[in-house]
Amino acid sequence: MKLTRREFIKTNAIAAAATTAGMSIPGVALAAAPEGQDGVRWDKGVCRYCGTGCGVLVGVKDGRVVATQGDPDAPVNKGLNCVKGYFLSKIQYGKDRLMRPLLRMKDGKFDKNGEFAPISWDAAFDIMAQKVKATIKNPDQGPFGVSMFGSGQWTVWEGYAANKLMKAGFRSNSIDPNARHCMASAVFGFIRTFGADEPMGVYDDIEHADAFVLWGANMAEMHPILWSRVTNRRLTATHVKVNVLSTFTHRSCELADAELIFNPQSDLAILNYICNYIIQSGKVNKDFVAKHVNFHKGVTDIGYGLRPNHPLEQVAGNNGYPGADGKPKGNPMNSSPITFDEFARFVSEYTLDKTHEISGVPKDKLEALAKTYADPKTKVTSFWTMGFNQHTRGTWVNNMIYNVHLLVGKISEPGNSPFSLTGQPSACGTAREVGTFAHRLPADMLVANPQHREFAEKTWKLPAGTISERIGYHAVLQSRMLKDGKIGFYWTSTTNNMQAGPNVNGEIYPGWRNPKAFVVVSDVYPTVSALSADLILPCAMWMEKEGAFGNAERRGQFWRQQVKAPGEGKSDLWQYMEFSKRFKVEEVWPADLLAKAPEYKGKTLYDVLDANGQCDMYPKSECARVNAHAWANYTNDESDAFGYYVQKGLFEEYRRFGLGKGKDLGEFDTYHKVRGLRWPVVNGKETLWRYREGYDPYIKAGETLKFYGKPDGKAVIFALPYQPAAEMPDKDYDLWLCTGRVLEHWHSGSMTRRVPELYKSFPDAVVWMHPKDAEKRGIKRNDVVKVSTRRGEIELRVDTKGRNKMPEGMVFIPFFDEHRLVNKLTLDATCPISKETDFKKCAAKVVKA
Amino acid sequence: MPAKPGAEAVAAKGWLPAHKWLLLRRSSQIGILLLFLVGPWFGIWIVKGNLNFSYTLNFLPLTDPYVILQSLLARQLPETLALFGVTIVVLFYLLVGGRAYCSWVCPVNLLTDFAYWLRVRLGIKGSAHISRPTRYWMLAMTLVLAAVTGSIAWEMVNPVSMMHRGLIFGLGLAWTVLLAVFLFDLFVMRHGWCGHLCPVGAFYSLIGKLAVVRVRLPARAACNDCMDCFAVCPEPQVIRPALKAIGGTPPVILEANCTNCGRCIDVCSKDVFAFGTRFGNTVVPVAGVPQAAPINLQSRPGSPS
Amino acid sequence: MDNENKPSAAARRQFLADTARMACGVGLLGLGVGLYARHARALPPAAIRPPGALPETEFSAACIRCGLCVRDCPFDILHLAKPEEPISTGTPYFVARQVPCEMCEDIPCVKACPTGALDHFLKDINKSKMGLAVLVDHETCLNFLGLRCDICYRVCPVIDKAITLDRQVNARTGRHTHFIPVVHSDHCTGCGKCEKACPTEVASIKVFPLYMAKGQLSSHYRLGWVEKEKAGGSLVAPDVEHRYNLPEGMKYESGKGLSPSVPSAPAPASPPGSGSGLPRALQGSKL
Repeated sequence: MKLTRREFIKTNAIAAAATTAGMSIPGVALAAAPEGQDGVRWDKGVCRYCGTGCGVLVGVKDGRVVATQGDPDAPVNKGLNCVKGYFLSKIQYGKDRLMRPLLRMKDGKFDKNGEFAPISWDAAFDIMAQKVKATIKNPDQGPFGVSMFGSGQWTVWEGYAANKLMKAGFRSNSIDPNARHCMASAVFGFIRTFGADEPMGVYDDIEHADAFVLWGANMAEMHPILWSRVTNRRLTATHVKVNVLSTFTHRSCELADAELIFNPQSDLAILNYICNYIIQSGKVNKDFVAKHVNFHKGVTDIGYGLRPNHPLEQVAGNNGYPGADGKPKGNPMNSSPITFDEFARFVSEYTLDKTHEISGVPKDKLEALAKTYADPKTKVTSFWTMGFNQHTRGTWVNNMIYNVHLLVGKISEPGNSPFSLTGQPSACGTAREVGTFAHRLPADMLVANPQHREFAEKTWKLPAGTISERIGYHAVLQSRMLKDGKIGFYWTSTTNNMQAGPNVNGEIYPGWRNPKAFVVVSDVYPTVSALSADLILPCAMWMEKEGAFGNAERRGQFWRQQVKAPGEGKSDLWQYMEFSKRFKVEEVWPADLLAKAPEYKGKTLYDVLDANGQCDMYPKSECARVNAHAWANYTNDESDAFGYYVQKGLFEEYRRFGLGKGKDLGEFDTYHKVRGLRWPVVNGKETLWRYREGYDPYIKAGETLKFYGKPDGKAVIFALPYQPAAEMPDKDYDLWLCTGRVLEHWHSGSMTRRVPELYKSFPDAVVWMHPKDAEKRGIKRNDVVKVSTRRGEIELRVDTKGRNKMPEGMVFIPFFDEHRLVNKLTLDATCPISKETDFKKCAAKVVKA
Repeated sequence: MPAKPGAEAVAAKGWLPAHKWLLLRRSSQIGILLLFLVGPWFGIWIVKGNLNFSYTLNFLPLTDPYVILQSLLARQLPETLALFGVTIVVLFYLLVGGRAYCSWVCPVNLLTDFAYWLRVRLGIKGSAHISRPTRYWMLAMTLVLAAVTGSIAWEMVNPVSMMHRGLIFGLGLAWTVLLAVFLFDLFVMRHGWCGHLCPVGAFYSLIGKLAVVRVRLPARAACNDCMDCFAVCPEPQVIRPALKAIGGTPPVILEANCTNCGRCIDVCSKDVFAFGTRFGNTVVPVAGVPQAAPINLQSRPGSPS
Repeated sequence: MDNENKPSAAARRQFLADTARMACGVGLLGLGVGLYARHARALPPAAIRPPGALPETEFSAACIRCGLCVRDCPFDILHLAKPEEPISTGTPYFVARQVPCEMCEDIPCVKACPTGALDHFLKDINKSKMGLAVLVDHETCLNFLGLRCDICYRVCPVIDKAITLDRQVNARTGRHTHFIPVVHSDHCTGCGKCEKACPTEVASIKVFPLYMAKGQLSSHYRLGWVEKEKAGGSLVAPDVEHRYNLPEGMKYESGKGLSPSVPSAPAPASPPGSGSGLPRALQGSKL
């Protein structure tokens, strides 16, 4: 007999009590779940932070996460964590957790300039619904004036429900994830080159590569566990070389066999030089290129994603902005086919001399790097993150790294891998795969594509024409539209754009405080964003809800709800579903649309979107059944609230989008039983290297390799030039300013700064600068200085030593510190294609404070 | 029983003139302390440091020669700035009287004066006997200690610097040492610490041997033997030779242990005392006043022991 | 003895007795203070002196406890010891775990010192030796466990010199690396930032006064490879050429061992331009 008599009595007593009370809560399940000797119940989970996707085990006792451990059986991290992950158990328990909805009020009524006062969820939803309806009716704003800014830290179903509520419910495509700030260039790079998003490789590339090239990725700090793997490869295989390209020396350079510090923006020239070198030295993989590659020349006068009245945009002929005649000026995405020879001629101007001149990198280093890529015997894995993506030519530079790999055919096989890393735990899983971007639908589908809209409408059982064909407001445009009064209702969740978005002073703050806008922030802590909002909604986070994340190697990982949210905190999923009950279809849809589906008349958006016979098809008992292998009687808060297994219903509906399209996700139940699956999951089997015969079930025998995202199965090499940055140092602002992260803190620090140990380890942001730059300005290390740009100024201390070694003429400031908002300084110039901000380059000056 | 010492002076001169030097002295003691404290309290940095070494307005260094002497004996040579400070301090006290440090600067004086005041108020009688020169033994001991241990050992327990440093930098358990001094003075021994034991005072008295500013007795002939000056003087043994012209002593207190506190000036209703210099002593005998009238010092409370 | 002399003899006796009593009392007090001072000279492990502090014996003689260093520290890290603390009363110190030294380039604390107890010859803060960081607990250090913390390394103002990360294969996972923090006493200033920032409940890396932290090799044994490097070559005359009995096609090199002899050109050197050979991270482990 397994249960002792006492345990038996205890379990039964609790269950009986729960039954009497008419409720079934995880607390009950907890009692029945397996517990260790110390009364701690362990269950699998995923780390809350970066895109690496480390598996963790979460220990719960008395309804509280009391401990975590690296999951020794998780293939990614094998029991290890970085120091942020070491403190996972503390992130939910900051002293200032938000417990109740808070509305700015004066005299008992909402007032944009009032003080935050607690209100009920009912009252919160009342005023939100009122604002949404008013916005839709406002001719100046309309449905797209209802806007949402989401997150790559949303769980999959949260993103899915939000996407559906916005794009189908409110018929607004103005939903965008914060992944726009971090991944969009990678996405557009993938789509443009391969016609399909996300990397072809997996982390196992690391153990097969002969050379690593890091392009604007400080993996040592930002992907600590992956870096541990890269280092191990370098350590155990003596022939392996590590090349690090960056605009300054950082921790990853420490392992570098070759460290190439280049002038900002000149990565474009270096990539063209490498192509030129490969061609000139006859190392083109001709067979591969002939079979699998097309060549295109992209339009080049695409602007910098600034406001249309900016001089740089006035002269840009292909930025897509309305021209003098009101029609869009070209399209920055445009390109036209060229031949290999034309491409060769195009890159031939990027000689070693010229590239050295532009980049400042010693010639021998450039040449050695080119040789690494050119050598047919060397398997090369390229990693990149924000250095490439946060770039006014971010899409280009993503295209151009593929140019290099494609020219030599080093792709889609173990060790040969252009690998775009992600920064957020579910940038891939939620932002990209669910398609929470303003232009996307799930599974790489696009709102602008009528077939895709039709598919989505059918899948969602909606009348044709429900989804707008217009691309919605992307992240940076949302800020501008708020400032311009075009957005009347703005809802952000699980993100902190007032700290992490660009040009806070010039755009974001004035936008949020615009009286024409009502801003709602769903979050767990009073971030600077929350405090800048009109309404704050308290959320459930991480283990307080059932969740799913998708990491950088296409691995989807699920976890069960372990504990309750404190106070009145609710999951975003509950918020979207519950809020949708506030709308009758006829209040948000035009009559002609409703006429196509008269059966929906009088129904709420909840009825149409969630209780649609699909999302609600799995009864609540499924919770217990699906998860019986883990705990007895498992359930979660949303399923309790709505009466069916919400997550499963949503996921299974969502899964239909990708089936048969190379985006196949596994079955919901399976994910709860495994430590992640890498899609496409076909016949229950995961895919390691996409597009490669034998590995990818979509490649037929004999095809060897096929980039099936493109109709002809061929990837595209783009001829794109080097162009300067949007703003460069001049006599007034004489330094490059680059922003980024540090290992100790996760993004804007809303979680990690509440862990005392992490806070203490790096309490305040500093500005790193070259000792000579400091000396020239009469500044000593540790002095307080004023860093200013044309957009604002902040004061912080100088460091001339330590982890980052800046070249002369450049400074670096991390953005985790809410007391030193570096994004007051940054320029909201974006890649005109991906709309991703270049947080790495603007002109600044530093004076002693 | 005569009235409280100084009552006559108050009657004759009014309260304020009869407390002039006391008030000035307290202002000086507290003012100096405040100068040190406005820095840490209000961020107004006029004086940094403490009585061992201070730096005023980043310009004027003042160094305690006693602690430097110990340091030298422990075989360490200070920086020039500290030596400047020593020179300035030595010259200053050569001018104003060495033990003026005790009565005008030292914070422990506030404490021991309070103990004495309370002792009188509570009528605590009796006092242990330690001879006044003990302080020179103490001084010698601290200097030998520095030389022998090779460290400024006395600073570890010195109540003077402990109190001043404590008030500025944080007291910690230093209050226990100060309480001990206070209780010692209150219950065990009249003027016990400052008048008999303190090696700092002993050191400064040595500087005072040649001090310029001294208490003079321009009108010693007017003395009516009210004994108030003896009652208030912390070092009463210094008064008699000058007041009573013992052995032809000129009308100036040349005793090194006179602290120049000026209390005798305040309490004298006949204005016998006044601040002056040690120079220009032509003794003018005043007719009708017997020189060196015998006084039974043992007969009065509050007299020196 | 006549009657007149009696009281004077008694007085003399009394005087002598008094003097002896006084001398004994003062002497005993002196002894007590002296022993106390001796005792306090052993700096406790948690107390770190400001930069440039003389060795403790000299420091206790030179420091006049004025607190100017405390006042001129722009980060308010220094305290003057209170009587109850096990350090010479009134002398300056800091506790790294609470607030470490920020290593100001202009070293204002040293400049402020009027006595040279903080040595005015210290002009470069990187040369200061306030103490020495010691990774005291290998069992709790997260990096020893294979996690990626290395906070001590990254907060180190003398990163890559005072603390380096020694890479070792994580045999348990077979795929990851142990990044072992190694402190180098020739560069560690003892500023204590590592101890302050160490995220374990009790710091796994701590700064101790040098006398506690540093071992010392005896002079009877020298490290051959170090001596050779110092001398720029072997300390003794080189060997005459060795020759070996070998089968065809093999070669044997002293120190390198047996290998097939390649008749053509010697093995190519590392490709030109690949930087300075080994990455910095791996160079350190050559000893």
